Amino acid sequence: MSLRVDDLAVHYRTTRGDVQALDGVTFEIADGEIMGVAGESGCGKTTLGKALIRLENRMKHVRGTVTLDGEKLPIADDRAMDPYRYRRISLIPQYAMSAMNPTRKIGRMIRELVTAKGVAYEDVRPELERRLRLVGLDEEVLGRYPIELSGGMKQRVVLVLATLLDPSLLIGDEVTSALDVTSQKAVARALVEFRDREFVRSVVVVTHDISVLYQMADTILVMYAGRLAEKASATTVIDQPLHPYTKMLVGALPKVGERYDDRRLTGIVGRPPSLLDPPGGCRFRDRCPLAMPRCEEQPPFLEVAPGHQVACWAVA
Amino acid sequence: MLELVDVHKVYRVGTFGTGTVHAVRGVSFDVQPGEVVSLIGESGSGKSTIGRMVLRLANATSGSIRFDGTDVVSLRHRGLRDYYRHAQGVFQDPFSSYNPIFKVDRTFETLRRSYFPQDTGAAWDERVADAVHSVGLVPGEVLGKFPHQLSGGQLQRLLVARALLLDLRLLVADEIISMLDASTRIDVLNLLGDLKARGLGILFVTHDLSLGNYVSDKVVILHQGRVVERGPTAAVFADPRHPYTRTLLASVPQLDRRWEDVEAEEERRSAALGDECLYHARVDGADAHDLGLVEVAPGHLVGCFRDGADDACPGVRAPVAG
Repeated sequence: MSLRVDDLAVHYRTTRGDVQALDGVTFEIADGEIMGVAGESGCGKTTLGKALIRLENRMKHVRGTVTLDGEKLPIADDRAMDPYRYRRISLIPQYAMSAMNPTRKIGRMIRELVTAKGVAYEDVRPELERRLRLVGLDEEVLGRYPIELSGGMKQRVVLVLATLLDPSLLIGDEVTSALDVTSQKAVARALVEFRDREFVRSVVVVTHDISVLYQMADTILVMYAGRLAEKASATTVIDQPLHPYTKMLVGALPKVGERYDDRRLTGIVGRPPSLLDPPGGCRFRDRCPLAMPRCEEQPPFLEVAPGHQVACWAVA
Repeated sequence: MLELVDVHKVYRVGTFGTGTVHAVRGVSFDVQPGEVVSLIGESGSGKSTIGRMVLRLANATSGSIRFDGTDVVSLRHRGLRDYYRHAQGVFQDPFSSYNPIFKVDRTFETLRRSYFPQDTGAAWDERVADAVHSVGLVPGEVLGKFPHQLSGGQLQRLLVARALLLDLRLLVADEIISMLDASTRIDVLNLLGDLKARGLGILFVTHDLSLGNYVSDKVVILHQGRVVERGPTAAVFADPRHPYTRTLLASVPQLDRRWEDVEAEEERRSAALGDECLYHARVDGADAHDLGLVEVAPGHLVGCFRDGADDACPGVRAPVAG
């Protein structure tokens, strides 16, 4: 078992009270698993990714534990987490490719970053060049400035950099977003290849784009308003989802070739509840076509079939 | 209704404006009433530049853009104002289209002041409410709210409602759904479909092929500023001929097929089509850097198979002797 998250709750401190962005999530990721986390904006998917590596100042660990390779992580202790970061858990934050230092050549930027982590650049340079070639980049990119590279090239550099020390867990937040379809495919493919070559043991990919997850992820975890809605293999989530939210989310996506005149798709009416003071019970019930009185009680995240978990009274 | 003929756009770049970027090269297509035309391309393909030129937010370097026969490029003052009664744009980021310190109603009020200064009171409010209704929103739920209290999809639809208050005939929708959540995207797409049914012409600029396919009647595939393929949506998607279109289609993440399956199909198609440039095979004596298109099926046009606009043509198969 690579990663185990137990009843993790993380809130954001605001002047108006705590925003319950992550409210008791429990799941496991196996060795070699690429798990996609999907959901609408504000569902807590980015918070989940961040909570596994570093809690920002305004984030508060409320309860729950994170265990990586059998070892409990001190996630609430910023200093104690430091030895794990980059070496054992690595994060590609959202917009990472746009956050490169524009005044440094790529090679020098990487040298400064690994040196800050106590690693000699010369020791990792051969491996760095090998991996760059693996993702289709010439080692000559090390002598270039970020502005000279396309978005897809920068994102592949970021991927190589983030996994250079063979971390056990890689968290990629919207790594394929804001890229053209051809670059998107190259980055997704590179990520899968890195897992296959065991440069990284397991991967969490956070994105709003479910079709990309269907192409690259083994399993998909669907989140709604700070809680888990459903987790299953990518194929099951797309073809046989159980949770009404997953069904509606997947049903709102046009397939290539599907036309408005033939079959009119529908969106999901309404908006997710405010997480400042969320209602009790199932948080989807205001928008749910299957809502019933029992939904005022919070549904447990139950296993309905091997590897398929759902939090819904109506279907579980 | 809207007709572009051989439109070029050259940007001057560099400190002294000495360098040039040829952003749009010889683009021609038209938009008819009751038709959605998707302009599809990756970043840098010139698709947004074309949308901006149609809305006169940028001037074409050469070529003509006509709306009902009137050259849009030559419009000044009053003429331009009248043009905007019929042609409006909605853009990618709904949040930056509103001033966050004012309620969303202000966007309707500014329109009233510049176009309908004599319309006030209940009659105007009723027209606003009607327009809001027609984009699928309940006026009581959205009017009187601040932008941050509404979702991106609601804000985008309000911007369309604003355009509908005018005598709208052409809507330029530039990546209007790329920042929206999947659950509200489809509502905005359906709205475009409804407007089309009411006789509006829509120029839908997007990088997303599956969304472009869902509502559009015709597609124009742009690559490095030139049209590589265009035609009826169904024809282009079912039988893409240009290598660039085929690569693009094979890269789209789909929900019913994995990339591997799509690639296998694409390989079979490539083998069947061969590597012959359809354009240069059919047009005798064509210049190597010709921007023209040839018709491969009714209404389905394809350009030269070269990848970059300045690259060499991959060539035509030598005729078999005897």
